[in-house]
Amino acid sequence: MARIAGVDLPREKRVEVALTYIFGIGATTSREILRATGVNPDTRVRNLTEEEVAKLRDTIERNYKVEGDLQREVQMNIKRLIDLGTYRGLRHRRGLPVRGQRTRTNARTRKGPRKTVGVRRKK
Amino acid sequence: MTRSTKKGPFVDPSLMKKIAALNAKNDKRIVKTWSRATTIVPEMVGHTIAVHDGRRHVPIYITEEMIGHRLGEFAPTRLFRGHGAHTERSTSLK
Repeated sequence: MARIAGVDLPREKRVEVALTYIFGIGATTSREILRATGVNPDTRVRNLTEEEVAKLRDTIERNYKVEGDLQREVQMNIKRLIDLGTYRGLRHRRGLPVRGQRTRTNARTRKGPRKTVGVRRKK
Repeated sequence: MTRSTKKGPFVDPSLMKKIAALNAKNDKRIVKTWSRATTIVPEMVGHTIAVHDGRRHVPIYITEEMIGHRLGEFAPTRLFRGHGAHTERSTSLK
């Protein structure tokens, strides 16, 4: 059972891929870690020795900000923009795209499922 | 593409001159500007700068946290009042 950075334990996969299941570790970082620790990227997670797991856990803890900590940092950055009263903060608050994309169509990732707005008549 | 660091941050020269003059006199008067692209630099902290939004000059009090942002980020240029019927909210000018 390989448990690194809290709750993540993908088995059966090659370590190179398995590490990317941790929030904050992508393909590049994963490869970087494996190079630094000298673990073969092709070994399956279940075949890792205790020693290797410990080494991986150690490097990740020491050098990378992952999972909760990283998520908190991202949230703090967004909150900062909102509190500062910037345009970007406003877009975050409204749940609209932040980087100048069009909103006439698309932008569904930010806006969520379509909500039809009818014309509301004056009473 | 980000701006070359060689050039340093963009600051409207005439605005900078006005801020420098106020700093020299230890004065805190509102400075009007149209230069929304100006990067906020440490010299401006504590001043109130009125940034043009296309219609009016919106007064912005500059705090330390704002350094590195641009003046325009704090003065929205669009005013959305919602779609549909003409209500008090959609027709009144702010």
